[in-house]
This record gives sequence, C-alpha cells and structure tokens, in this order.
Amino acid sequence: MSVTEMFSYIQGFLSADQDVREDIRKVVQNLEQTAREILTVLQSVHQPTGFKEIPSKCAKARELFCTVKTHLSELKRKFPMEQYYRFHEHWRFVLQRLTFLAAFVVYLESEALVTREEAAQILGIEVVREKGFHLDIEDYLAGVLIMASELSRLAVNSVTAGDYTRPIRISNFINELDSGFRLLNLKNDPLRKRYDGLKYDVKKIEEVVYDLSIRGLSKEAETEANM
Amino acid sequence: MNKREGGGCCSKQADSIRDANVNPSSPIIAAFKVFQQELDTKHDKHERLVKISRDVTIESKRTIFLLHRVTSVPDAEEILNEADVKLDAVRQKIGLIADELRGEDIYQFHKAFTPGIQEYVEAVSFQHFIRHRSLISLEEINARLVFMRTEKADPEAPADATPGAYVLTFHVTPSDYLLGVADLTGELMRLCISSVGNGDIDTPFQLSQFLRQIHDGFSFIGNTGPYEVSKKLHTLRQSLGKVEDACYTLRVRGSEIPKHMLADVFSSRTTMMDPEEGVV
Repeated sequence: MSVTEMFSYIQGFLSADQDVREDIRKVVQNLEQTAREILTVLQSVHQPTGFKEIPSKCAKARELFCTVKTHLSELKRKFPMEQYYRFHEHWRFVLQRLTFLAAFVVYLESEALVTREEAAQILGIEVVREKGFHLDIEDYLAGVLIMASELSRLAVNSVTAGDYTRPIRISNFINELDSGFRLLNLKNDPLRKRYDGLKYDVKKIEEVVYDLSIRGLSKEAETEANM
Repeated sequence: MNKREGGGCCSKQADSIRDANVNPSSPIIAAFKVFQQELDTKHDKHERLVKISRDVTIESKRTIFLLHRVTSVPDAEEILNEADVKLDAVRQKIGLIADELRGEDIYQFHKAFTPGIQEYVEAVSFQHFIRHRSLISLEEINARLVFMRTEKADPEAPADATPGAYVLTFHVTPSDYLLGVADLTGELMRLCISSVGNGDIDTPFQLSQFLRQIHDGFSFIGNTGPYEVSKKLHTLRQSLGKVEDACYTLRVRGSEIPKHMLADVFSSRTTMMDPEEGVV
C-alpha cells in the first residue's frame, strides 16, 4: 500500500467520523433545547406562587421528558452502540443536565433521591453499558450534585415564601447526600471538582436552618403542621 | 479532606450532628456504597492500563534507540532482528491491554493507553521503514496484534488453537496510527542526519522523498483529523525542512568537496541551522 493510498484511507475514515459527529451534534442541540424548557418549567417553583403548584409543574415536566425520550432514541440510532464512549463528550453535558432535572422532579414529588435506575427510566435509556445507550455513573452523580445546589436555593426561597419546614427537610436530605458522596473515592477529575462545591451548598442550607431555629420559626412551623 | 474550610468553629459539632442524623442503612447510603464499588473498579482498571501503557512506551522508545544504531554498524540485519525480539515483547504487553479491555468499550479507557500505542506505532513503522523503505499500513499493524488465549487466560502459541481458546484482537485506531506516523517523521529526520554523518549519500534522498509523501498525506488530511494532528503538522514541516536542506547541501557541496570531508561540512551546517528552529 502506497503512502498516498494509506492516507486517503485514513482520510475516508476521518470524514466518516466527522459526519457521525455532525449528526450527533444536531440531536444534542434539540436535547439541550428541551432541557432548557424543562428547566424553565421547574424554575417557577422558586416563585412564592409556585410552591402551591409543585405537583402540576412536575406533571408538566414529566410530559416534556417524553420529548427527551424521543430525542434520545433518535440519538441512539446515530452511531454504533459499542462506540458510546467515543462520542461521549458530545452528550455528556446535556445528559448531566437531564439527570439533574429528572432528579429534581423526583425530589419535588417524593422528597427522595432518584435512583440511577429511575433516572435512566425517565430518560428512556439503560443503566448498564451492555444493554445499549446508558447513563454513565459519573454523569448520574454529576446530575445529583447539580440538584444539590438547586436545593440550597430552594431552601432560601421557601423561607421567603413562608414555608419554614421545607428547609429542614432539605437539610436532612442534603446531609445524607453528603455522607453518601464521602463514601466515594473520587479521582482528581471534573466530578471531584463538582463535589468540592457540595460543601458550600451544605453550609448555605445549614445557615438557613440556623436562622429559622434561632427565631423559633422552625418550632412554630412544626406546631402549625401538627394542627 | 476537611470539607468545611469555611465552616469555622462549630464544624466538628455540626459533623457529629450530621452523622447522627444519617442512618447508615438508608437507601441513599446503600446506593452510594454500590457506586463506590463501581467507581473503584473503573479507576483500578484505568490505573492498570496506564501502567501497561507506560511500559509499552518505554520499551518502544528503547527499540527506536536501538534502531538508530543501524547507521553506524555494518550489519543492519542483526539490529533489525534484535528489534523484532523487542517488539515482540511490546506486543505481549499490548496483549495485556487487550485482556483488560475484553468486553469493554475501548474508547472508555482510550486516554489511558493511547500514548503507549502511539509510541508502538512509531517504533514498528520505523523498523518497517528501515527494512522495506515503505510505510507500514494500519492493517499490517493490526494483523500482528492478534493474541490467542485459553480460558485460563495464559498466553499460548498461536498455532495451538485448542477448543476453549479464544482470539483476542487489539485495534489501533486510525487517529493513533496517524499520530504515531507523525512522530515517525521526527525519527526519520534524525536517521537522515546521522546517515549523512556516516557518509551515506543515498539514504537522505530516499528519506526526503518519503517524508515529502507523508507530508503531502498530512496536508491532504488537513484539519479534518483530530486536534493533535494539526499540532504535529508543524513539527513535521520542520523535520521535512531539515531533511530537504540536508539534501540540498549534499547536492551543492557534494560535487565540490571530497566525500570524506562532507560529513564535517554537514555537521557545521546543521548546528548553524538549529537556532532558527523557533523562528521557522
């Protein structure tokens, strides 16, 4: 094989590769669009009026997740399944955002941490690599960490809206999450960097809880809830 | 590992309160224990691959050094055979990588072993060039990276295909091949300079022709390739420039100066060229 032949063979391979990437990019753009829409829907829970509408907002978000499912099944068809990690970088970011949104919806509905299986199910993808397009564990964890900072914001805003019990529940939840993350041996990678931000969320929520308890607002809220 | 640098005085107390609130058998903790295992397994595999890749790099570099000696000894064949033995050892190591990657997505761990593979491509193509004066193809490289394993996973002779044995292949990706070939050009430049030093007049001309072909190939690929390729293209131009200058000197001065003095002329010229390197 001559040098020229060899290089034109490689060039053929590279341009085929670029075509696949181009296709993936288009689908990922749609996914990002839908993710933004879901975020807009969920953002309204930070409004004082939004607190009463949490179930309806969640229902609406769940509807939008159907669109996500179709986009993702389209994405699956764009490349051979065993080459997931070859193109991983293209959808890594959006998949983390979507995991965050799924986790946020599940938290608002049931105040529980979304499991990896649930998150994958909401997105219409698999959990284990062998079965096809899956949710990578690091992406799942990154999504959960994004949710933690959203919850610290929610704690602040729920006080403003007059809901004094929610911050305490959020605090318990985040503390449990924090202990969970402390079990992991993270390498010096993007996930680790993101995890390092968790302590600030924990701190912020603790401050909110402190403010509430020093003013007796948490007790007041409890008796109110009991009545 | 202090997680609350900003926490101040009451951090210890808060920690104990926090841990008291946490039920070790809660679903979240149980889930994270599973994640811990999964991440650790993944990181361990990554580390093992990095280690093998380092060994592959070192051994390939040594092979390249060995191959540079062909210009100074009379019997090139002996050195080439010695390089063969060394490369066989490197291939065994790549077999270990293939073992680790069995059933995995090779691109998931690609970053861990790509430096080693590029170095191997460089070594193997360098040897191929010295022997055949041509560019080794990707298929030829991959064809040699086929390993036979029995179920117990100990290496066996390729001929021994007993039932229960399986074939393990390792595929060098086109971009790794490309980057390895880009590195090869640097070695060829060195080979060219040192062969002039030994009074070999033919090799530089062959090399300049070969390098020009490779350079044209890379220009053909241009920026469709991965990012690193465009970076290496710059170095390739420098190497090509040096080789072309060498051929020029040989042609111009070769007709005037007696052959035994040519080496001296040449070496003084290259030292003169070196400071310009950064400017070009």
